[in-house]
Amino acid sequence: MGMGSDMYRQQILDHYKNPRNYGELPDATFSHVGENPSCGDTIRIDVRLEDDDETIERVAFSGDGCAISQASASMLSQRLPGATLSELKEMDRDDVIDMLGVDISPMRIKCAVLAEKVAQDGAMIYEGEIEIEETTTEDDV
Amino acid sequence: MSTQEQYPIDVEAVREDFPILRRKVGGDVTTPGEGPDDTKPLVYLDNAATSQTPKQVVEAIVDYYYGYNSNVHRGIHHLSQEASVAYEEAHDRVAEFIGASGGREEVVFTKNTTEAMNLVAYAWGLNELGPGDRIVLTEMEHHASLVTWQQIGEKTGAEVKYVRTDDEGRLDMDHARDLIDGDTKLVSAVHISNTLGTVNPVAELADVAHEVGAYVFVDGAQSVPTRPVDVEEIDADFFAFSGHKMCGPTGIGVLYGKRHVLDEMEPYLYGGEMIRKVTYEESTWEDLPWKFEAGTPPIAQGIGLHAAVDYLDDLGMDNVKRHEELLAEYAYDRLAAFDDVEIYGPPGDDRGGLVAFNLEGVHAHDLSSILNDHGVAIRAGDHCTQPLHDKLGVAASTRASFYVYNTREEIDALIDAVDDARQLFA
Repeated sequence: MGMGSDMYRQQILDHYKNPRNYGELPDATFSHVGENPSCGDTIRIDVRLEDDDETIERVAFSGDGCAISQASASMLSQRLPGATLSELKEMDRDDVIDMLGVDISPMRIKCAVLAEKVAQDGAMIYEGEIEIEETTTEDDV
Repeated sequence: MSTQEQYPIDVEAVREDFPILRRKVGGDVTTPGEGPDDTKPLVYLDNAATSQTPKQVVEAIVDYYYGYNSNVHRGIHHLSQEASVAYEEAHDRVAEFIGASGGREEVVFTKNTTEAMNLVAYAWGLNELGPGDRIVLTEMEHHASLVTWQQIGEKTGAEVKYVRTDDEGRLDMDHARDLIDGDTKLVSAVHISNTLGTVNPVAELADVAHEVGAYVFVDGAQSVPTRPVDVEEIDADFFAFSGHKMCGPTGIGVLYGKRHVLDEMEPYLYGGEMIRKVTYEESTWEDLPWKFEAGTPPIAQGIGLHAAVDYLDDLGMDNVKRHEELLAEYAYDRLAAFDDVEIYGPPGDDRGGLVAFNLEGVHAHDLSSILNDHGVAIRAGDHCTQPLHDKLGVAASTRASFYVYNTREEIDALIDAVDDARQLFA
């Protein structure tokens, strides 16, 4: 199937033009940033957890870049509340593609999964599992 | 604005030589070649990245593999002699094409322009440069030059300076004259910017560099394919370009060097083919250019490059240049007609055959995906000039680049596709 215009169905363009939960959470439990330098896509994800320290209460994102990367972050910010950190960490590329609801061409996968990876790395940093400054999906093809 | 009649190349005839231009695209990309879901006619405007290959070049390579495939310089048998003669003659032919009067001794076959740059960086730069020395580049260098000399600067302690580009994307020659001082040992400059399309005054730069005794390395990756180039008129000490951007195969590039300069340089890679005599204690080197071509060289690719040079000379490099200029001017004029399109580099009537631009509100990668849906192949990204894009204040741009088989109608298709993206993102 063709991927160009298909990739820009109304939903993606809508989230790109009217991003949901755009901004920062003043009372975030954790935040993390990511960048794909070759695209110039940047994403910051803020997550606030509920009192159980496990369930995601609210997500906000900010950043700049292509429609795929920004729409993906916007959709993720709507999808994650109610999920647990374990569920977030179990998400994979197919979950993101399902969420976007379109075929993503191989060269654009890195744009699609940036927000998810930033959120996952943020969770893992928060739980002390990894130590990194910044996330990239530049090598995800 | 130009008219079709002014175009000096018979494009319809040329297109017959490039079967790939007849294919359609748009379907499944996991199986190469045209498939049932490929429905959009290909509009190939990514020639600054790589050009398409005419039948004549493919046939020369097939003739080699079917008829006289053999290693060079080490067999006395018939096939090896045929291959050796053809491979050596390819050097002579390339030398003639770029005006290197020293012939094959001044023409080293490498993997690509980048390797040619690294050859000089390692064989000359590492040995000759040190603290207190200066390397002068331009702000519009391709990473092939920029990253390479940046690393040599770090390793040797030599400082790296960049000649400014002005608001129109032209080199600031006053700044160049300021920077190129008595400490300067090398000036490395791109001949035609792969991002801005600027044609740099490399002969003038060479004069400035030679006044202070510095060498000049010209990156001709975008110039040799698209216009007549005479390395001796430029007076370049080194000059490099790639085969795959000029109708030739991938896997071959060319380093031209003045004979006396190459003579004084140590080898870059060691091994077979580049030696004359080897004992357990020591080795001596083969003559130029073989001293710099260690191991089995790109034989088929060299023979293919010979055929590519023949092909371009048959078209006439003056004609190729004019064709490129007319297409670039037409594309520039059509794009410049839109208020929401920003074009980088000099005006349309003063540039190489490429136009890099951005459509307001649409990321270059989104634009390129939508163009792809129209069958239009262009490059989106930083084109291996990240610092230049930083200076331009954008992360990426979209670049259309033209070659001998492109038409005004294909530029019209590009404009229509850009308009579609504009509507989609409005």
